Amino acid sequence: MTERRRIKVDYLARVEGEGALDVTIDGGQVTDVRLKIFEPPRFFEALLRGRHFTEAPDITARICGICPVAYQMSAIHALESACGVTVEGPLRTLRRLLYCGEWIESHALHVYMLHAPDFLGVHNVVEIARSQPAIVERGLRLKKAGNAIVALLGGREVHPINVKVGGFYRLPSKAQLRTLREQLAVAREDALATVAWVAGFDFPDFHRDYELVALRHPAEYPFNEGRIVSSRGLDIGQSEYHDHFEEHQVEHSTALHCRLRGRGHYHVGPLARFVLNHDRLRPLAREAAASAGLVTDCRNPFMSIVVRAVEMVQAIDEAIAIIDVVELPAAPAVAVEPRAGTGLAATEAPRGLLHHTYRISADGLIEHAQIVPPTSQNQATIEDDLRAFIAPRTGLPDDDLQWQCEQAVRNYDPCISCSTHFLDLRVTRR
Amino acid sequence: MDLRPKLAVFKFASCDGCQLSLLDCEDELLALAASIEIANFAEASSAVIEGPYDLALVEGSITTPHDADRILEVRRQSRVLVTIGACATAGGIQALRNFGSVEEYTRIVYAKPSYISTLATSTPIADHVKVDYELRGCPVNKHQLLEVISAFLNHRAPRVAAHSVCVECKARGITCVMVARGEPCLGPVTHAGCGALCPAYDRPCFGCYGPKELANPAALGEWARTALGADAATVRRQFQTFNAWAEPFRTEGRRDD
Repeated sequence: MTERRRIKVDYLARVEGEGALDVTIDGGQVTDVRLKIFEPPRFFEALLRGRHFTEAPDITARICGICPVAYQMSAIHALESACGVTVEGPLRTLRRLLYCGEWIESHALHVYMLHAPDFLGVHNVVEIARSQPAIVERGLRLKKAGNAIVALLGGREVHPINVKVGGFYRLPSKAQLRTLREQLAVAREDALATVAWVAGFDFPDFHRDYELVALRHPAEYPFNEGRIVSSRGLDIGQSEYHDHFEEHQVEHSTALHCRLRGRGHYHVGPLARFVLNHDRLRPLAREAAASAGLVTDCRNPFMSIVVRAVEMVQAIDEAIAIIDVVELPAAPAVAVEPRAGTGLAATEAPRGLLHHTYRISADGLIEHAQIVPPTSQNQATIEDDLRAFIAPRTGLPDDDLQWQCEQAVRNYDPCISCSTHFLDLRVTRR
Repeated sequence: MDLRPKLAVFKFASCDGCQLSLLDCEDELLALAASIEIANFAEASSAVIEGPYDLALVEGSITTPHDADRILEVRRQSRVLVTIGACATAGGIQALRNFGSVEEYTRIVYAKPSYISTLATSTPIADHVKVDYELRGCPVNKHQLLEVISAFLNHRAPRVAAHSVCVECKARGITCVMVARGEPCLGPVTHAGCGALCPAYDRPCFGCYGPKELANPAALGEWARTALGADAATVRRQFQTFNAWAEPFRTEGRRDD
């Protein structure tokens, strides 16, 4: 007798934004998996048209309250590229410091508040605090340390106001930067303890043959710059993005799906960054990864929580190094004059590759904008993961299966607010 | 039986940043969770406790037919309903569609617009249901958010200043960017709450907290165009950001159309 079962999660919890999950199992076979994204469209790519290019960092920040710095960074790099300007030296270093802050606060939020409850069998961080308050306090200290960097360099934690095409509006003083150091030294110990903590979680035996995609820089673990590379040999400049990647619309999602032309779905995020760039980690982070038993060709998406913890060590250690050596530039920004042209740039948001494209006019007005957020790129891969994950587990009771499916979605730290409604459909273009 | 007041957090069209501000209260979060029951907060917990709720915080604007229905149910379930942030109190940046055509917006973003269910406008929550208190900001100030939660749980009025960003700026002793540098600044017409953040970072206010009561943006816009020599399009765009649909910014953003 065939049995038809349906696992439905009408409103995914502990993710940013509004999504649902719908899985159909027919006679023990998974016949349909849909990560439904019903986050209402906000049409950023349309409303950016006609805006002055200097407004883009403030407007695109509003795409996501959790990773506004990522949107600001991709926007300013793309626009500087359109205007033929490269920002180097200490301004570049301070941007890196700001990005460190966002990685720390975003990863601390996800590790402690959104994902750890799955591994511990509880519904939220408050329940963890009941039995293990010291652990939760450690997570909150980490999050606060990341936010302290963003608040100093950006002005405030959510939607920073100090990021400008060309640099910053105002520079922090050396004395202000030094005030972060003590807090970050504590945070570095907290992050190392976090790596050890999450390494002790139980991980399902689940490995996927992903094509991993991330930035790669000659000398650094990637934040703002690098070539776009993959685990199967892709190696392209940021301006070649649209020649290799494409987006398509599906009926069950207000976020467009993405694929590599002629190759299929791919995976972006901490796991991809780590596998493709583990040799660029600072020694402390590399040792932490090794001590956690993280193999350098890891393909288990459930281990992404360990990678996030390792990346917190990386970001904190790097932030301290920057604060110790950075010399403040003479001016907070370099002048950027508009010219007619197109600029493309990708940076590594906490959740993965975030690509922006702008075309501007000679008087600096935006004529076209295209934004490809990490969760859009991962959507189809998340559905593939679920199909493969459920197949050998159809014997589980519905409640257990649902719990594990939700956990599998949260491996990606999906940011549904970000991913919704972005991309111009370009399938017909070539 | 749990006698703590029940808190719920609901999201409509938004970036999640205002509800994140609650989780950004790192020093107060555990104390808050001890004194109230977090009964329904999807971003933070997979456990949902049924309503009714003593206090509902609502983030986001109404942009779909489904959400227009859902807010009615949220109101029915909530003894006190407080809207948080520019999307919920003014329609947000997504209300820029209200000045143009949503069909065109949909065509720009989606290849198959027929799959997309959206309203022609993005509107604040108060256009749809009675709202007990509106906390402004893009994003809200987390200290003000804690103050509002404390006030409603203790049955008193929130202490949130209603004056302009200019007053905060003067109180901090910041040099006026409009007077000293001749840059158009929305400080005189913008609701306080940020602590004059942008002037403190050497840039003009761009109106995250929306219009203050009895603001006169027409006079400010006129000053920017004449005394400061700003072009009309720049002044218009300055009013057309996160609180574009809130009067009187709405009227000023349409000037010369």
